[in-house]
This record gives sequence, C-alpha cells and structure tokens, in this order.
Amino acid sequence: MATARNVNRPLSPHLQIWKWGPHMLVSILHRATGSGMATVGTVLLVWWLAAAASGKEAYQTFTDVMGFYGLGYILGTGLSLCFFIHMANGIRHWFMDVGANFELKGNKTSSIAVLTFGILATIAYWAYLIWGK
Amino acid sequence: MTMANRTALGRVRGLGSAKEGAHHWINQRITSGSNLVLMLWLVISLARLPGYDFDSITRWLHSPWAAIPMVLLIVSVFYHFRLGLQVVIEDYQHDESRFVLLLLLNFFTVGAAAIAIFSVLKIAFTGTPA
Repeated sequence: MATARNVNRPLSPHLQIWKWGPHMLVSILHRATGSGMATVGTVLLVWWLAAAASGKEAYQTFTDVMGFYGLGYILGTGLSLCFFIHMANGIRHWFMDVGANFELKGNKTSSIAVLTFGILATIAYWAYLIWGK
Repeated sequence: MTMANRTALGRVRGLGSAKEGAHHWINQRITSGSNLVLMLWLVISLARLPGYDFDSITRWLHSPWAAIPMVLLIVSVFYHFRLGLQVVIEDYQHDESRFVLLLLLNFFTVGAAAIAIFSVLKIAFTGTPA
C-alpha cells in the first residue's frame, strides 16, 4: 500500500511549483462542487422530501430553519452555483473523454467559459426566482 | 505444489483483466447524461413552481409527471455521486480508513436514497391536502 514513503528520497515537483491556470481551477472545482452537492445537497434534498412527506409541521420546521438568517438563500445560491459549474464542466469533460479539446488554447478558453457560465447562470436563475415570477 | 510446476496458462489464469476495468468510468459517464436531463428538469420545475409552501410542494409531487422524474433523479444522481465520492476517498485515504469510509459511503448513499424515494412515493400515493 502507499502508506510508507522513504523520507530520504526527494518529492517530485508538485502543486506549489506550477503556475495556476483556469484549467487547474475548474479541475479542482469540479471535485469540490461535486463533493459539496453530494454531501450538503443530498442532506438538504432528503430533508426537504422527508419533511414534505411527513406533514405540515415537519415542513414548517424545514422552512423555519431555512429562513434562519437567510440560510436557505445561502445554501440555495451556493448549491446552484455548484450545479451550474459542475454541469458546464461535465459537458466540457465529455469532449475531453473522446480526445478533443486538449489543445492549450481551446482547453483554457473552455475552462474560462465554464466559470463564466456558472456565475452568469446562477445570477440569471436567482434573478428569475426573485424578480421574474 | 510450487508455482514452478504449474503451466504458463495456470499461472496467469485469474490474474488478468476481468473485463470490468472501465465499469466505474463508463457508469459515471452514463449517469452524467441522465443527470443532465433530470437535473435540468428539476431546476426548471423548481423555478416554475407557484410557491414553496407545503401545499404547493405536495400538490406538485403528487403528480406522476413530477414523482416519476424525481425518483429517477434520486437513482441517477445518487449513483453518480457514490461513484464520484468513491474516487475522492481513494485519492486521499491510503490506510485502513479507506475501507471504513467506502463502507460508510455505501450506507449513506443507500440510506439517503431509501428515505428520499419513500418520501416521494408517499406523497405521490397518499395524495394532497384537500
């Protein structure tokens, strides 16, 4: 197993020596947003569904907690930002899965496009929820 | 019987590819496609709901047009995140804690899915408030 490392041997160049680029940012963000949705998002979804199935009182408890200092808005905007970034980068990954979009320029451009889309889609979604309805 | 006395075929049999190597990767891609459709359905449906109070939510989930895609979403998304979190655990946990966490991940995924699916079905089958 990969537990023991010989301390007398040098470490290979790692994270701290590379110049950060947008491709590295969306790569780690894909994992972070996925893990965030899988944990926080799952608990929230299950609680919401179980509360609705349990009855008015349980659902009231859920909405009360979500209304606590705008907690629902914080979780909602955070999870929707996670979703839009993870979705856009997932589509970007489909192209890379078939061997496309590995050229430096295209890869960088699509990484920036993922981040831009994620932020703009979140703003547009919440603008519709708050003012559009 | 020592290894030296066995035939070449006998030594390698059972050690090679089990034709399962790409299983995890392929299933993650397949569920990424179903997730895209189902999550866009959820995000658009939530935006178009008349309200987020108890009556609005249960009336919505009472319809098979909401309950069925919601159950499909739970299956697809939960399987996808189980595969994803498995890789996260495998990347960062190198000792025995890896096996404990992978076991807990399975319990978490199946348990959460059971509660979520049961809740949707209960609303769908037992109806909305009058």
